[in-house]
Amino acid sequence: MSTPSADELFKSIDYNPPASGWMETPVDFSPGNWCYPAKEDKTEYMMNYLPEAFGNPREWSPEDADWKLPSNWREIVMNGFRERLDKYRSLKVFMDICVRCGACADKCHFFIGSGDPKNMPVLRAELMRSIYRGEFTLAGKILTKLTGSRVMEEDVLKEWFIYFYQCTECRRCSLFCPYGIDTAEVTMMARELMHLVGLNINWVLEPVSNCNRTGNHLGIQPHAFKDIVDFMVDDIEEVTGIKVKAPLNEKGHEILFITPSGDVFADPGIYTFMGYLMLFHFLDLDYTMSTYASEGGNFGLFTNSEAMKKLNAKMYNEANRLGCKWILGGECGHMWRVINQYMDTMNGDLQGSQMGLPRSPITGTEFHNAAVTKMVHITEFTADLIKHKKLDLDPSRNDQYKVTFHDSCNPARAMGLLDEPRYVLNHVCNNFYEMPKGTIREETFCCAGGSGLNTEEIMEIRLRGGLPRGNALKYVQDKHGVNMMSCICAIDRATLIPLADYWAPGVEICGVHELVGNALIMPGEQERTMNLRQESLPGFEDEDDDWTPPNM
Amino acid sequence: MNALYSLVFVFILVLIPLFGVGAAHLSTIFGICIPMTAIGIFLVFSVVKIIRWGRSPVPFRIPTTAGQQLSYDPEMFKQNKWDNPSNGIQTVIRMILEVCAFRTLFRNTSTSLHETKNGPVVAFASSKWLWLFALLFHYSFLIIVLRHLRLFLEPIPFFVNGLDFMDGILQIGAPVMYMSDLLIVGGLLFLLMRRLVDAKIRYISLVADYFPLFLILGIALSGIWMRYYAKVDVIAIKELTMGLVSLNPHVPSGIDVSFFVHVFLVSVLLMYFPFSKLMHMPGVFMSPTRNMPNDTRFRHHENPWNPDIKPLSYEAYEKDFGPMMAEAGLPLDNPDNAKAPEEA
Ligand code: SF4
Ligand code: SF4
Repeated sequence: MSTPSADELFKSIDYNPPASGWMETPVDFSPGNWCYPAKEDKTEYMMNYLPEAFGNPREWSPEDADWKLPSNWREIVMNGFRERLDKYRSLKVFMDICVRCGACADKCHFFIGSGDPKNMPVLRAELMRSIYRGEFTLAGKILTKLTGSRVMEEDVLKEWFIYFYQCTECRRCSLFCPYGIDTAEVTMMARELMHLVGLNINWVLEPVSNCNRTGNHLGIQPHAFKDIVDFMVDDIEEVTGIKVKAPLNEKGHEILFITPSGDVFADPGIYTFMGYLMLFHFLDLDYTMSTYASEGGNFGLFTNSEAMKKLNAKMYNEANRLGCKWILGGECGHMWRVINQYMDTMNGDLQGSQMGLPRSPITGTEFHNAAVTKMVHITEFTADLIKHKKLDLDPSRNDQYKVTFHDSCNPARAMGLLDEPRYVLNHVCNNFYEMPKGTIREETFCCAGGSGLNTEEIMEIRLRGGLPRGNALKYVQDKHGVNMMSCICAIDRATLIPLADYWAPGVEICGVHELVGNALIMPGEQERTMNLRQESLPGFEDEDDDWTPPNM
Repeated sequence: MNALYSLVFVFILVLIPLFGVGAAHLSTIFGICIPMTAIGIFLVFSVVKIIRWGRSPVPFRIPTTAGQQLSYDPEMFKQNKWDNPSNGIQTVIRMILEVCAFRTLFRNTSTSLHETKNGPVVAFASSKWLWLFALLFHYSFLIIVLRHLRLFLEPIPFFVNGLDFMDGILQIGAPVMYMSDLLIVGGLLFLLMRRLVDAKIRYISLVADYFPLFLILGIALSGIWMRYYAKVDVIAIKELTMGLVSLNPHVPSGIDVSFFVHVFLVSVLLMYFPFSKLMHMPGVFMSPTRNMPNDTRFRHHENPWNPDIKPLSYEAYEKDFGPMMAEAGLPLDNPDNAKAPEEA
């Protein structure tokens, strides 16, 4: 499938809805409109652990007419729906109080880039609400169509599959709804229901099963994990002349450091990872990492609360085994959503008695805002170090970059972590520019690949959803010459690359701690001639000749 | 289509009392029985619904954060208290601003696409129309409801008289025109127009969205008709309403039929309320993204149905990968795991 050019794609967007009503408008099931379903063995694997939450493993394709649903699928879904109405006030209230004012309609990046009315958050939720009214309310049963209600049928479920896997659970819509109706929450419920009857996607379920077994979503086994970390230690040595330590699975350290495994595995996350390692080495921090809990990101969030809880619990489990007092968390989006909104509620009882109020061993700062979860965000930690002048920084080493910052949806809208990363950035680089108002901070736009949608087969959908972010980026690129977009999310670091290549070619993506690593002056280091990407620093360009590619 | 259905529906509703009282002289039914029943249905079913919401727990704290969090160093990073509250009082203030000032709608934006010579542009502009007219509509509605208290209370409380005075302060016409009457009609017409004109909103609008607008418009217009054109006998009406309140109902003679139309439409609204989206009014207070502080990192929150799910244990993990871990020099808890399964 060829992707249209950016210009063609832009011209194809039409905000006028089709002539037929949405219940009558058929859904397009051609390839490119859906993510590949989970492989049979992945579903089976998860069913071994959580039989209540996953079901119906099989080979199937959304393209076929027969989705091989279990014969009693309707009963399963409706019972699951009823159960969730009883378990979640959010769902019940959100089903009842939407006034269809449409304030949320043009807030979703997928609608902005596609014009598909079913991507308006209100209509996305109506896909579920119509069933709620038809099956669970008296008025809906009597007046049917007049109240916009319908009964559950296979076509409806298929429509759910398409559109609830075209929502990145970014919560931007919730910000603009006068009642705070959170369509991401509705999507989460719909996905839980679909998992019951085996409507899932591989890009979510494979990571979930990998996280369960190997500890990280990429399925990197412990020895390979160590190899990769060692490679990065070598690369750091190449750049700085210093061999940093990278402790793994070691007992008796104060801090357990957990970051998304994307930082270990993929370019450009690895540079961010090097930044962490350099920072910790500089501080001589008493910490360890773990292969068992080698994933910060919680892909369970994109399936159901059961899987989320199971994966999240590894963090405390490992802190206890290793005897760590608190956990330092790397740059990850949904990891922080889970930590902030779910972790203590779900797994607080697993914390061992050795855990305590996080306290920076370098500055003595006590992180009271993380008193129960015992987890501190790395930008909080670093900002505190900078404030106390504990770091030697040379921001001019990032002078070849004109930097902007992409607020990742999850830390921004599920937590409110807005100023900390900016504070760090402003101390590690000299050229920082904000993207336009309305596209940053809590109003930030999604990378369009969150919640497990960062998969190739829906690239056009992702590029469409990436329009608002890409366009804001293009603006600062044109105006200020921005050539680097930093962010604090590993999914972003993967998904923003094709997005930037498409909408604002020439802009690269990095984590905040990559820039920290570049700027950090380490005692005893050799003269730095290149940055962590092993690109020449300004003034050392002629050394380009012995440039070696980073080893990933 | 949906708009037309709703309009026709409201017309029929107007005809019922016109015929019932005007031709069939069923004034007791329309003046007493129906309103009493309506009030009963409204109260009982609204309360039932709120209790039903309340019966579902809030397992997780999921406030939407619309500003900077409470940081570990509140001086360095100033918390946005009303948008990202971290305690009860801040949350209450957030709710008050929301309920009384429609703060979220105030910040509404509209998105538009433009082609410029520098390429495509996605523009976001502040869009306050919905906020303005929604506010006008809701506040006029509130004032009108409060003004009506003078029919149900004796002596009339001072604030009702005060409202009455303020509302009519322009002193136009006789009886003096109420500003709220004009504003509510203006607000309603805007909300209707918006649904009809904006293609996106029209697409999502159901009969259930137009019907309450037309119904309330019908109520407002019949009220205006009574007051300014039919000039109904207010003394007689007060006698009727006080009868209702003191549970000694009777219908005095000489009340214009327009009054019965007005009361009938109000009764329909009351009966419709608990089963419709109008429940957004109590519902807004129950919304878990708005009525909770963002404090789960430092205060425990209990999930009443927290399932017993344990992680895959480290022991199982080490069994699975022990030989590789040993080879890579990673420490093992149980040295036996270093051997491949067949050796063990
Ligand atoms: S903004 Fe809220 S109430 Fe309005 S249509 Fe969207 S979800 Fe419904
Ligand atoms: S959560 Fe994000 S992706 Fe989902 S409907 Fe809302 S704005 Fe769109």
